[in-house]
Amino acid sequence: MKGLLLAVAGLTAALLSSASAADKLDPSCSGCHALVKPTDTSLDRLLTRKGPDLWFAGSKFKKEWLVSWLQDPKPIRPAGYPYFKTVKKGDKNDVPDPSKIAAHPKLKKADAEAAAETLMALKAPADLVPAGIFKGEMKGARMGSLAFVKFRGCVACHQGEKGEGGLSGPRLTDAGARLQADFIAAYTADPQRFDPHIWMPTSNLKDQDIQRLTAFLVQLSQGDK
Amino acid sequence: MKTQMLAAFVGLALLLAPSASQADQSSEQIYGVYCVQCHGLQRNGTGINVPALSVKPRDHTDAKGMGDTPDDELFKAIKEGGLAVNKSVLMPTWGHVLSENQIKGLVKYLRQVCKCGK
Repeated sequence: MKGLLLAVAGLTAALLSSASAADKLDPSCSGCHALVKPTDTSLDRLLTRKGPDLWFAGSKFKKEWLVSWLQDPKPIRPAGYPYFKTVKKGDKNDVPDPSKIAAHPKLKKADAEAAAETLMALKAPADLVPAGIFKGEMKGARMGSLAFVKFRGCVACHQGEKGEGGLSGPRLTDAGARLQADFIAAYTADPQRFDPHIWMPTSNLKDQDIQRLTAFLVQLSQGDK
Repeated sequence: MKTQMLAAFVGLALLLAPSASQADQSSEQIYGVYCVQCHGLQRNGTGINVPALSVKPRDHTDAKGMGDTPDDELFKAIKEGGLAVNKSVLMPTWGHVLSENQIKGLVKYLRQVCKCGK
């Protein structure tokens, strides 16, 4: 019973601390991004969302990258977000519709640093992004590259090496500079644990695949060049 | 009075009974989120990811090709991915994201899109 009380108190404290951390951000951030884990997990929420959830930002991003990107925000999702609202019919295939893709606000250095600090405090629960889930074995990167492009088909939706790849998912050309390795591994294994209806499939990957793909992705740091 | 009663009754009936078109709309929405990225807004295999794909996605408006594919194969392809039906790995497994009922709804919706049945 005492343990249960402690657990409830701990959970409440964790929720309150992430809520108060989120309060420090400019209120306009929460207009597009969920800064606290949403209670509404319906498909309708996905359909009306304007930007990716950030309630686990502190376990997802690298702080240096956030500080730099917030001052010069280049699109991470080349087709807009959510892609299904920002594409139009093209001559040969659907194409991004720039008139529907809103630019992310640009922050001044001090504001970017403050926002990054606050975002880094928004941590995912330890069981969502377990520390050390990526074992750090970089030898698998080459096989990871083959899995990404060929065997697992990630390239269908994500741009990887040399910017080659599909557009409906975030570009991963700079995944290593932008994302924490443990996040890449945890998210790739089961995106719906983070975001119940997200349009990235869960591919029943074996841990070996996850390790190799993560090793490959953490090496990518070329940005959108 | 009688007319009002009737109107109220019809209104209530419409509210309570989820019509066929509502069910269709939901499958159409699901198609719009998950399938459009490759199969395209026009449902003919011309999605935004197509330039990056080594295998062209299935044209869902192709009455012949779709007509030759039975419902259970479409269901399996959506649930377990292209490899499960001897097709490309680029068609992912959606069984973890979509419920069996949603997949059944999609199969039904595909039949509307191709205007064909099997």
